Amino acid sequence: MSSLQALPGRKNRLSFTVSVRSLLLRLGFLFVADAFALWFLINLVALGYYPLATAFGLLALLINVVLLRQGAYPLRWMVIGIFFMTLFAIYPILFTVWVAFTNYGDGHLLTKEQAIAQILNEKYLPETGKAFSWTAYRNEQGEYALWLIDADGTGYLAKPGEPIRPVTPGQEGVGELDDQGIPVSIEGYQRLNAILAAADPNLTAIQFGEQGSTVQIRSPSEAAELVPLYEYDPVQDAMISRKTGDVYQNVDGTFKTRDGKELRPGFIATIGLRNFREFFVSPALRGPLVRIITWNFAFAFLSVLMTFSLGLAIAIMFNDPRFPGKKLIRSLLLIPYTIPSLITILIWRGMMNPEIGVINRALQAWFGWAPPWFTDQWWAKIAILIVNLWLGYPYFMLICSGALQSIPEDIYAAAEVDGASPWQRFRHITLPLLLVAVGPLLVASFTFNFNNFNLIFLFIGGGPPIAGASTQAGHTDILISYVYNLAFAGGRGVNYGFASAITIIIFFIVGAITLFQFRYTRMWEEVSENV
Amino acid sequence: MSSLSTPIQTSRFRSVSFQRKLSLALRWLIALVLIYFAVFPVLWILSASLNPASTLATQRLIPANAGLDNYRALLNSEVFPFWTWFWNSIKISSISSVLSLAITTLAAYAFSRFRFTGRVTLLKGILLIQVFPGLLAIVAIFLMISQIGDIIPFFGLNTHAGLILVYMGGAMGINIWLLKGFLDTIPRDIDESAMVDGASHWQIFTRLILPLLRPILIVIGILNFIGTYGDFVLARILLKSTEQYTLMVGLQIFTSGQFSQKWGPFAAGALIGALPIMIIYLALQDQIVGGLTQGAVKG
Repeated sequence: MSSLQALPGRKNRLSFTVSVRSLLLRLGFLFVADAFALWFLINLVALGYYPLATAFGLLALLINVVLLRQGAYPLRWMVIGIFFMTLFAIYPILFTVWVAFTNYGDGHLLTKEQAIAQILNEKYLPETGKAFSWTAYRNEQGEYALWLIDADGTGYLAKPGEPIRPVTPGQEGVGELDDQGIPVSIEGYQRLNAILAAADPNLTAIQFGEQGSTVQIRSPSEAAELVPLYEYDPVQDAMISRKTGDVYQNVDGTFKTRDGKELRPGFIATIGLRNFREFFVSPALRGPLVRIITWNFAFAFLSVLMTFSLGLAIAIMFNDPRFPGKKLIRSLLLIPYTIPSLITILIWRGMMNPEIGVINRALQAWFGWAPPWFTDQWWAKIAILIVNLWLGYPYFMLICSGALQSIPEDIYAAAEVDGASPWQRFRHITLPLLLVAVGPLLVASFTFNFNNFNLIFLFIGGGPPIAGASTQAGHTDILISYVYNLAFAGGRGVNYGFASAITIIIFFIVGAITLFQFRYTRMWEEVSENV
Repeated sequence: MSSLSTPIQTSRFRSVSFQRKLSLALRWLIALVLIYFAVFPVLWILSASLNPASTLATQRLIPANAGLDNYRALLNSEVFPFWTWFWNSIKISSISSVLSLAITTLAAYAFSRFRFTGRVTLLKGILLIQVFPGLLAIVAIFLMISQIGDIIPFFGLNTHAGLILVYMGGAMGINIWLLKGFLDTIPRDIDESAMVDGASHWQIFTRLILPLLRPILIVIGILNFIGTYGDFVLARILLKSTEQYTLMVGLQIFTSGQFSQKWGPFAAGALIGALPIMIIYLALQDQIVGGLTQGAVKG
């Protein structure tokens, strides 16, 4: 702060003009930004996007404070970054946390208001409802109209979306009535033969009349007034059926009767910790989840171990500055690192394809047998590890050769004088010193691979499937790809709530590992103290 | 464990030239095996791209009737607007790389040079956010972009502007730490003497600090570019129509569903798509390695 406060104190001409100009610039920017923010907020609220409106409003407020208060000067340098970070990183995280405590997913995709509106829209034909005899008409666009006659012999004209009114001949294009009281013609419409009309499947589905008071055809001779089937009782928070008198109580986002009858659709409701409890205790999930978690840890650990070992071995082997062709070898060995991983994953998928892949063709030709990479769970796991080894070793090769050069050579000289064998020198000098420098990167690599969605998803899609799993799960699925299936791959229905809960569990696993790393390397303390 | 011989050992045992030769030969042999492992997929995709049969089944490096048919098919394809995808990727990656570099640099400067309340919390928070697995957050991002698009269609779903906006959310990332570490090594005396001469922070930043940062900014910018170029999930979720796809989304579409047999054109596309990044890496090897190890060894 001291360097900051030095500035306003200086009264020379330069700093004065600069500050006036920057003040004007700032106020101008703020004016434009506020005008935009206000317009945007009004639109958000008008569309009912309240959570986003809240987040955006708070951010707009923050920008104003930062730009107007002198004390917030340092934040001006990063306010745009904070804006984007809040909107596209923090807000989605908070959203995910909220979803984890709800049943958001198939059958529970709507808000409560939307769901109630839909249910109230359902109609039924009561036995005692007002009944009519009917005659159908159709115009050239294929739209239908009905002529209805009630018990008293009054005629009504009914069209979809328009109120049903008694009409006498001559009004609204209705022509003369025949001896049964049915108009011979209605302007623009063609009268349909009664037998044809009775066989027309379209007709029975149409609701004639206006919202709230509609008539539907019930039989070839009768049409009747529809009545809303349910009534919402806000006091009990329940739907009551007018037909049967059943009471559907709101139970966790679904209206249910005591004996288990449910109304569709359900809605999003907070269900507390149930998603998390399900993760830990549900027997249906336990089978696949235990497998997935075990494989997830094994996959991440083996990936790091293999890539690091190979990378380190290469780095040691070619650490000799006088090794001929060293630069060329490094460039060639670096190639896997230089190709976007998505592309290489897809290439490997092609190469290991059982029918057309070059690897399997070659193995078939030489040995008459090739591993079933995509159908056997163990071979699938081996394939994934091979591909990941290919993808990952160049990184550790680079890191290790960098770190090796920082180990002073006189330590080796001293060790040699003491008669240490090459293995002892590696085991007691190289490795410990290297691990100090590379340790945090090993942890970072572990957490990266723990969530290596692209590899699992693009290479094999999590397959082969685990037989008999209650949710879509495969033998090579890791938690994050399992989450993806739950949330997006609607095959057996989406379940955002449960998927979000697992995401949060992943966050805690990875977070704990990272925290351990900070503790271990004292990075956290360094951050707090010395920066 | 002869492979573990260190420079010291080889220099001291130079007289034992047979042993040294054996060790060299052995290491070259291992190197050749490794190089084969490293390069094979690339050679194979090159071979597949030249193979008119488009089956991938060839076991010969140079296929019979090798030709550029696949490239021609790819570039003239009606179904796959390859050049459009390629251009989309370059455009999106360049813009978001430059913008996010600007955000990162400004923030890192403030973190390095100013002391303010909440500074350490903010720095730690930035790290913590990186730990959250972003995959599920794309439900929220998807909803948000669709809502923003209802008001400003320019930033909505299926637009590049919307995608770039989302990439900006990651600008305040781990790179701030890297850059801040680098800035901390630039002595403050430079700032202070300039301040005595009446320079403002902005002037110090643009005239003194930025030129010093140029090498590392280039490295971070390039790594940003490569990261965005290779992104798949966000682009896949937010972009809907074929002509809006980025190259990675397009290539994935190639290998899925009804097109899964079109390996020839895919190979050609993969090769063209991988080429710019490969060239960047191999040309700037030393700088990028320097940037990586610096960030790493600092730990």
